[in-house]
Amino acid sequence: MKFLVFIETDSGAVVPSSWEALGKALSLSDDVEAVVIGENVGAVAEEAGSRGAKTVYLVEDASRSLFDLDLYVADVKAALETSAADAFLASHTGNGRDLAAAIGVDLGAGVIADALELWVDGDRLAGTRPVYSGNILVDVTVDGSPQIATLRPRAASPAEATGANANVVTLSPAAAESRVVVEKVERAETGEVSLTDASIIVSGGRGVAKDPELGFKLIRELADVLGAAVGASRAAVDAGFIEYKHQVGQTGKVVRPDLYIACGISGAVQHLAGMGSSKVIVAINKDPEAPIFSVANYGIVGDLFEIVPALKKAAEAKLSK
Amino acid sequence: MRYLVCIKQTPDTAELPKVKPEEAASGELSIQQVVNPWDEHAIEAALQMAENFGGLASVISVGGEKAIEALRSALAMGCKDATLVENADADAWGVAALLAGAVNHMGDVNVVVTGQMTVDGNSGMVPVAVARKLDWPVLTGVAKVLNVSEDAVEVERVVGQARHTVKVKPPVVLSVIKEIGEPRYPTFINIRKAARVKIPVLSADDLGVTVPPPVVHLSNFRKPPARDAHVQLFDGPADEAAGALIDALLAEKVL
Repeated sequence: MKFLVFIETDSGAVVPSSWEALGKALSLSDDVEAVVIGENVGAVAEEAGSRGAKTVYLVEDASRSLFDLDLYVADVKAALETSAADAFLASHTGNGRDLAAAIGVDLGAGVIADALELWVDGDRLAGTRPVYSGNILVDVTVDGSPQIATLRPRAASPAEATGANANVVTLSPAAAESRVVVEKVERAETGEVSLTDASIIVSGGRGVAKDPELGFKLIRELADVLGAAVGASRAAVDAGFIEYKHQVGQTGKVVRPDLYIACGISGAVQHLAGMGSSKVIVAINKDPEAPIFSVANYGIVGDLFEIVPALKKAAEAKLSK
Repeated sequence: MRYLVCIKQTPDTAELPKVKPEEAASGELSIQQVVNPWDEHAIEAALQMAENFGGLASVISVGGEKAIEALRSALAMGCKDATLVENADADAWGVAALLAGAVNHMGDVNVVVTGQMTVDGNSGMVPVAVARKLDWPVLTGVAKVLNVSEDAVEVERVVGQARHTVKVKPPVVLSVIKEIGEPRYPTFINIRKAARVKIPVLSADDLGVTVPPPVVHLSNFRKPPARDAHVQLFDGPADEAAGALIDALLAEKVL
């Protein structure tokens, strides 16, 4: 089965979970190609080749500097035609999701959306995806051509650099009109770890209430020492302790880090829906009866205002060794 | 301006863990169903736009008879009228075709508003699919609406780690996130009014829509493996407990 993998870029830089999609495709097939769209993204195309894509279709234009659905759909359709791939794969980021949906509905092809696992069965691509907010798993196959899937970030290992030389094929930008004018772009602070890509997350909840500013300061300091992203429960976001973009759970982000440290989070089912598939869960909570302890691997019953700084100190001491 | 909010009736999130695989397979759930939480933010967004920039907010759902309850909740929040479209075993593309057909049928919709995803299907495919069926532009991740006029809709949207301010000429599909605003509570007057509103039920035929055959096939519904979590607690003074925990995490190779 021949795959075409979308390598997402943002202002010239690769979106890291794209390499996971490439890695997954390479684990399923010897015949994997990639498509890179953007402005000044030649280096990303070279890297896609060195990470194992046999041929990399490259579309470069100033109009492609930021993801634009109309333009990117047209470019990917052109690449699909040139490639004659049987399957199209993207990471289930916001843009990857939108791109897969648009191509799928335009071509009448189904999408295995937000897949946790993918496999090939003869000439069929199949996958497992969560539904009912992670409470049910289901196997999925799709009709149509190409067969399309989006892969949940951190569900597969990234493709490794092999040192192979890239066969980069430049395609001209497809004839399409953008309908959206971008007036301003505000970026996150450099170095801020994205929750969905993070291998470690330190999260705070209602337990910070007695001094929310200090509580999240301590959580951030621990996160910095661990190279972790900062998360939060809905209770903490709704109370105004921290911005919505940090919310993990039902109406926030779904994450699956190697390590999730829940500080002062009770563990409502809506929160578990967002982090229940973390590899190792640590609970720090004053209430030994808090439901978070029933899904945690490790825990400390205590006040996060004491425990979190102690963890930071211990981590600093032990990680430097 | 006319805003049309697309909503779905989905399980109460507190009861999601009770969904059984056979119920998920048949779609016939025994648990409490309410308005999909993401869609409550979409309703709020449409009501705010109608208040701030003029116009009226309507609501629509594709579903079975029971979805009428969800539509009445939206009316009670302040939507002016509601429409139910019978679900003809449609998958995401079929639902999108029905919603787009309804938009064309209404004829005067300027802005379609949706939530980011549903808490049952989770795919997040429908907002973009509706826009493509209509050949309208779509903006997902909408966090704030800055302006709406006949000529332009201007919003802030979250794209990955960045925030974009963008402008588009309506008609347009907006898919909103929670930051758009907390859903308002229904008022007593609106609840009473909502109970009396006649909600038309339209079929694919009424809309002149041919529902495409499903292209997504689901099988082997099952519960995810239970977490093998027997919690190991560390006690004693904070420094000791913290040190022991960090040692355990190092041994797990997650640090």
